[in-house]
Amino acid sequence: MKSHTIKLNVNEEVHHVTVRSADTLLFAIRAKLGLTGSKPGCLNGDCGACTVNVNGWPMKSCLMLAVEAAGKKITTVEGLVDTPIQKAFVENFAFQCGYCTPGFIMNCHSLIQQHPEADDSTIKEWLESNICRCTGYAEIEKAIKSVLRKE
Amino acid sequence: MLPFDFDYYKPSTLKEALDLYQYLNEQGSQPMFISGGTELITLGRIDLVYTEAVIDLKEIAECKVMELDGEYLVLGSTLTLTEIEEANPFPLLSQTVSEIADHSARVKITLGGNICAQIFYREAVLPFLLADSQVVIVNPEGVKVSAINNIFNEQLQLNRGEFLVQVATERRYLDAPFVSIKRRQQWNTGYPLITIAALKIDNFIRVAVSGLCPFPFRSEKMEASLNRQGVAAEERVQGALSDLPGPILNDVEGSSEYRIFVLKNLLHDILKELEGVRGG
Repeated sequence: MKSHTIKLNVNEEVHHVTVRSADTLLFAIRAKLGLTGSKPGCLNGDCGACTVNVNGWPMKSCLMLAVEAAGKKITTVEGLVDTPIQKAFVENFAFQCGYCTPGFIMNCHSLIQQHPEADDSTIKEWLESNICRCTGYAEIEKAIKSVLRKE
Repeated sequence: MLPFDFDYYKPSTLKEALDLYQYLNEQGSQPMFISGGTELITLGRIDLVYTEAVIDLKEIAECKVMELDGEYLVLGSTLTLTEIEEANPFPLLSQTVSEIADHSARVKITLGGNICAQIFYREAVLPFLLADSQVVIVNPEGVKVSAINNIFNEQLQLNRGEFLVQVATERRYLDAPFVSIKRRQQWNTGYPLITIAALKIDNFIRVAVSGLCPFPFRSEKMEASLNRQGVAAEERVQGALSDLPGPILNDVEGSSEYRIFVLKNLLHDILKELEGVRGG
């Protein structure tokens, strides 16, 4: 079957979508569901702009086929409401142009869930997955640390 | 999004996967097994991979195993690199895979996918070459178990329709003293220049290298030079460098001369780190 009708559980809602086997999760959530918060960047797994959460872990949605995501719990930036990391990004001015922001926020959100006591080396290891062309890294670091250290 | 269409199958048993492959191969669909599937996407989008049928191995129970079974640690081929890193059953493996790609990508990249990758680094194989691990492979005739050092020659020598199920490693290697270093052209991100892993067992230092040649390797000749008794470190390292396989990579990440210079320093670092340590 070159196309499939699958159930995608996105932001606590189940959607029935018809996708090509060759469609990425990024394409499905943007073009089929209209959730454009996840940004297309390199489309090659390098930049992290398209990061979503799959079963609580950060996932570059350009590196996952939509059919692979069937039955998994997907959260996009639209599914976060008043989370501490969103507030911390605003308070620490952790964005400039904003294009990388949803990906960074989703990665940070997973890190906070998976390793609430993350040390500096863990923070660095996780956040190396995302690129900010405006180089706002210092502010992003302050934002994630403010949540993890509960400042 | 890929510029070609393919059928997608997710078998739940080894037999189902093997049967599907045979059937699809007979149909001329050029079937392809995937695990993490990242290369299908990254190479498919630039026309370096093509298939009309994808067989996703992720739901097969035998491929998801992570257990210490008697004297062996058994790791399934579809475990993600993050799962291995988080559970940390084999610290040398954890450290080596923790430098592959980046953290989010490692949530998707799998052990078997990296070992069988087209990209030539394939660093996840290095610890298994050092630990004389066994690989479990299935094909339509059944299950075969082979020493990785016999069946990994530049790449895992799989016949059409075969796939890697598990890698088994003797317990005594899991806690052996080790060093794993990745050098990039600059900073901490980007493609590797050279990755080297070393392990000391029975007071003998073993080394395996990725990024020097267009394939990862372990060299007994290099190890013999490095472990010569009563010879200065400089001479032993020079001896190891005179026995390198070829060709030496010469690309945008680094010239062949620079790679050998980096390797020389890495070998010195390994000797410094492991010589004073009792191993095995």
